[in-house]
Parts: sequence; C-alpha cells; structure tokens
Amino acid sequence: MGREHGTSAGRTPLLSVRDLSVVFDDGERRLQTLKDVSFDVEPGEIVGIVGESGCGKSLTALSILGLLPRRNCVRTGNIVFEGRDLAGLSEAAMRKVRGRRIGMIFQEPMTALDPVFTVGDQITETVRTHFSVSRIEALDRAVAALASVGIAAPRQCVEMYPMSLSGGMRQRVMIAMALVCEPRLLIADEPTTALDVTIQAQIMDLLVELSSRTGTALLFITHNLGLVAESCARMLTMYAGQVVEDGPVEDILTRPLHPYTAGLLASLPRAEQRKSKLPSIPGRVPSPEEMPPGCRFGPRCTYAQPPCGEPQPLFGRGARHVRCWRSDELILAGAAT
Amino acid sequence: MTPILAVETLEVAFPGGRRNQVVKAVDGVSFAVAQGETFGVIGESGSGKSTVGRCVVCLTAPTGGKVLHEGQDPFALPREALRRHRRGFQIIFQDPNAALDPRMTILESVREPLDVARIGTAAERRDRALAMLDRVALSAGLASRYPHEISGGQKQRANIARALVPGPKLIVCDEVVAALDVSIQADMLNLFADLQREFRLTYLFISHDLRVVAHVSDRVAVMYFGKLVELGPAGAVMAEPLHPYTQALLSAEPEPVPARLRNRQRVILKGEIPSALSPPGGCRFHTRCPIAQPECARIEPAWREVAPARYVACHFAGTPASPAATRPAVPAA
Repeated sequence: MGREHGTSAGRTPLLSVRDLSVVFDDGERRLQTLKDVSFDVEPGEIVGIVGESGCGKSLTALSILGLLPRRNCVRTGNIVFEGRDLAGLSEAAMRKVRGRRIGMIFQEPMTALDPVFTVGDQITETVRTHFSVSRIEALDRAVAALASVGIAAPRQCVEMYPMSLSGGMRQRVMIAMALVCEPRLLIADEPTTALDVTIQAQIMDLLVELSSRTGTALLFITHNLGLVAESCARMLTMYAGQVVEDGPVEDILTRPLHPYTAGLLASLPRAEQRKSKLPSIPGRVPSPEEMPPGCRFGPRCTYAQPPCGEPQPLFGRGARHVRCWRSDELILAGAAT
Repeated sequence: MTPILAVETLEVAFPGGRRNQVVKAVDGVSFAVAQGETFGVIGESGSGKSTVGRCVVCLTAPTGGKVLHEGQDPFALPREALRRHRRGFQIIFQDPNAALDPRMTILESVREPLDVARIGTAAERRDRALAMLDRVALSAGLASRYPHEISGGQKQRANIARALVPGPKLIVCDEVVAALDVSIQADMLNLFADLQREFRLTYLFISHDLRVVAHVSDRVAVMYFGKLVELGPAGAVMAEPLHPYTQALLSAEPEPVPARLRNRQRVILKGEIPSALSPPGGCRFHTRCPIAQPECARIEPAWREVAPARYVACHFAGTPASPAATRPAVPAA
C-alpha cells in the first residue's frame, strides 16, 4: 500500500521512493526484507531514518544507491531522483549518479578508505571519474574539499595514508570525498557511530552546516534519536522492513503516533529519572522468516487489538504518516513527558 | 569501614612508540568504592577507563600505585590464593561475541567458571548454571545453543550469568550495553539493577555513554587522558558539572527532546584527543579547553574537594565556559 502522492505542497521532491520492496532469493528461500517503503526527500532537506538493527535502514540506503547484489536480490518499486527513476537505470548509468549526484558516507571510515592509497589519490580518483579535469585541477579540488570539512592543513593531508589519521579525521576525509562532486543528496549511514561523543558533535555540526551552505539534502541513518532530534527536520521510523512513521521531528518527539516510536523514546535513560526502571519494548524484531502476517509490530505492542492482525497501510495525517489504525485514538507519550 | 575497592595513585604504563618510550594509559588515579555502590567511570576512547577496569580485576598489573580489595592487595597474593580470590571480582566486556567461546554451548560457557573452581559435583554445577541462566531470563531451551544461534542481547545475558556463577562481590561492567539496541539496552540496565539488589553486588560501571552511566550510578568519575578530572554524586555532576571537560561531554550528548525543551549551551571542543606518546604539559585538557589560561599549560591542576564529596582537577573549576566558545543548541532549519 503506497502513500498518496503530492503531499508536499506543490514542490517536486528531490527523491521520491515509492513502494520499494526487496526480496532476497537464493533459490531455496525467499526473504522479503523491505516491504512497500515510501517516502520523499525535498531539496536541501535533512531527513533522519531511525530504528533498531535489522529494521531495514541500511538496506533502504543500499537500494537507493543500487548497491544490492544483483544476482539474488529482487528490487521492486520506484526510486525517482531528480525526475528519473533510478530503478530503471543500467549499471553504467547508475555509476554516473552514484558518487556524483548522490554521495554516500558509511559508518566505519577505516573500511571505506583504501589503506594503500593516499587521501589525495582517493579524492582525485572520485573527481576524475566524474569530471574531465587535469590531475592538478583534481588535486586542487581535493584540497579545497578537505579545507571545507575543517581539516587544518589540507595540503599535507592529501599526502597522508588513512592509517595515520584519527577516527574523526578519517570521517572528515570521507565527507570531503562524498561532497567533492557537489551531490544533491548525501546518504550518511551511521556516520558518527564509531566516534567519541565530542568528535561526534563536531562531525554532526559539520554535516548540518555543509548541507545548509551547499543546499545538499541529507538522508541520515542512525539509531541515535538524540542526533535526529538535534539535526533533522523530518524523521522516518522503520520497523521490520517498513516505514511505520514519517513526519516533522518536533511533532513526532512531542507526540509520536506509532507505538514503536513511542517505545524507542521511552526506553532511553533520562537524567531526571535516575535509577528508575526503564520501560522497554518486550520481544525483538522478527526475522524475515517469521514475519507476522498483520501489523509487524503487533506481537510486541501493548496496544494491539484483533484488527491489528490485518496488514496495516501507511495512513496520511497531514504532514505525518503512520502505519497504525489506532493512531487517532492512542495518546502516546513523547520525549517531553 | 574498609571500602570493597580502593584504587590508590594507580599507574599503568605500556611500552609504545619508539624504543624506551612509554604510554601512560593510567596516570595517578585514586578512588574508593563502597560495598553495594555503583561507581560510574565516564571517558572517551583512549582515556584509560578500560585499563582501570582491567587492573581492578587483576587482568592488568599496575606499574605504580595499588589496587586494594577490602584493604588487601590482590597482586601480593600467591598464585593459588589469587585464583580463589578473583572469583569475587568479575568483569563483563562490551562485545558479547568475543567473550563467549563459539565452540561451547551457552550452558557449558556458564558452567565453566564452576568447573575451573571445582565447586560441587558435576550435577550441582549444571543445576547452578541453569538456575543462573533462568535468573538472567534465558530460557532452558537456549542453554544447549551455541553463541551464533542466539541474539546479541541473549549473548550478553549469558555473559552476565557467567560472571555471576562464581558468586562475585564486585563486577566491572565495561561498556556492557554499548553494542545493544536501545530497547534491549533498557532491559539490560533493568536486569543489572535487579541483580544488584538480589546479590548485593558492587558495580564499577565503565561507559562512554553519559546518559547510561548517570542512570545506573551513585557516583561518577570522569576520566580524560589517563587522569580523573572530576568525581562526585551522579545527580550533582549531571546537574552541575564543574570541570570544563565534563561540561563539554554533557553538552555534546545529543538530547532526544523537541527543540523548545533544550535550553543548554553547547560547548563544542576544538581538536582531537592528543597523542598518548606526548601528553600536553600542565593540565592535559588545556589544548582543547574552552576556558584555558596561559598557566594551564604550565601548572598541573591539583585534585581538590571543591564542595562536599565533589572533587575536580581544574584551576578554574565551576567557571562557565566563555560565551565565545558556546552557542545555543539550535536544530537545523
């Protein structure tokens, strides 16, 4: 069940994902890992995707980028980016989009950087893949990109190997590499999870500042609700391969509509309630093999009733969307209470 | 009364870098933990917090200072006596995968400490391990599984059971919930609280996550670069941090609340944690400190009690960070 189109006040979204489903099929088993994922990202917007491990956050990012293994992965639905459906593009055409129009940053900067090439080699390779410029021009762009992410000595940095950089510096290099081609959308998958909290604050400030300076939209995947609260305008909650809630961050934090979002918010320790018992969500995320036929959160939900045994569509509520038929009557506590 | 754990000017130096160079992972740390207390240790990577934890359970020998268990130095014990003694002082690590032997079933892993200690008959050891698995809410059906067959949260429960079977008095919890999702993390923190009451445990709770440490701890100590910079009751430190590093850590922690409920000033620290081979002179934090003065680079601040039970190592403790270095936390437009 897709969400209705054209909710976003006449503006054309930069990215429009509709009914995205992914099925892994190894010949023996068919595992549906994403089901009917639909959402929009406006130009320049910062959108957070939250949810626990195994809810399909990273898989959504990989699907948009066309990085799923082609052999045993079946992707259906539409991924309209800048007016073109990426789902229909050939690998060759996709290569022109990936890294150029859509940049990406992953969690572990050490595994994403090649240890045997210098920082400069790796950034200029990206530049020269997408632009026909000289080596010198490419190097100049690399230096400028490193300077723009707050690296104090960019001329020295291009000569360095990833191993001689700290975690925070590596992630800055990753961001410079992702932004050197001036993409319109940057997908950042847990970009600060491997970093210390004071370095995390620096990197998040940098991402938000670069996004507003260059007008690059940011799709920010994280399990950290605090980061979403502080940097995103809109958020999506994913559960078991589906979007269960979508709306402005402030609204969701004040009054979540889906019991899963409310459960995530409630389970965080709070300074003013030290040593109290933390409300937790019973059970765990179902694996694709044991997916409940009705509401996927139903078996863990305190508010479940017999109609929850039916699959839930994504209901529209103004600027908000929720996959719960009881969302009108439930008054769920937000982060404020 | 003798504290269950006392750490006195603890020093741990590792050989590192070039010849004859040493890295002081821990450099003069002192604190005492009372029976039944949860003592939190907060710090970023490289602060030395895990090394302190390892010294406390005798996994790493200090190169200076002392660890005292109920007034006794465990490192002075003969080998056999130390083996018996350390049953009372256990540790649980961050990565539940690395801590369990992949070729042992969960029951075997939990029974192993009892086997090693030769406590009771085989049947008694099995019963005791099963009872402990039940206590940490792992069903008997999971006892015969191997680690790869169960979830991360279940593995961490198995590790807790394994730490509990020898009947410890104190458990060092080193980043025990860092690898877990928030709802499982909440379950686990509740379990730790219940077990503490039931078994009268003392915890040394080490984490980089301020919110988690503050939630579970009675007192917290903040480490930076091998030294304690602040120590005090958890509520007081969270409400009114005195050291500029603690202030920065607190303000860097993103809060999952709507913008209108966020009224703190953010202190963004410049720069990175300095190299362990060449620690800055004077106060070790002065290179990143928003309120550093020239004297901070020369004179190391003394560890002093600035208010009852509140200790801090800073010349200017309690000074709010300068306005230039702070800005209101505003969400992105």
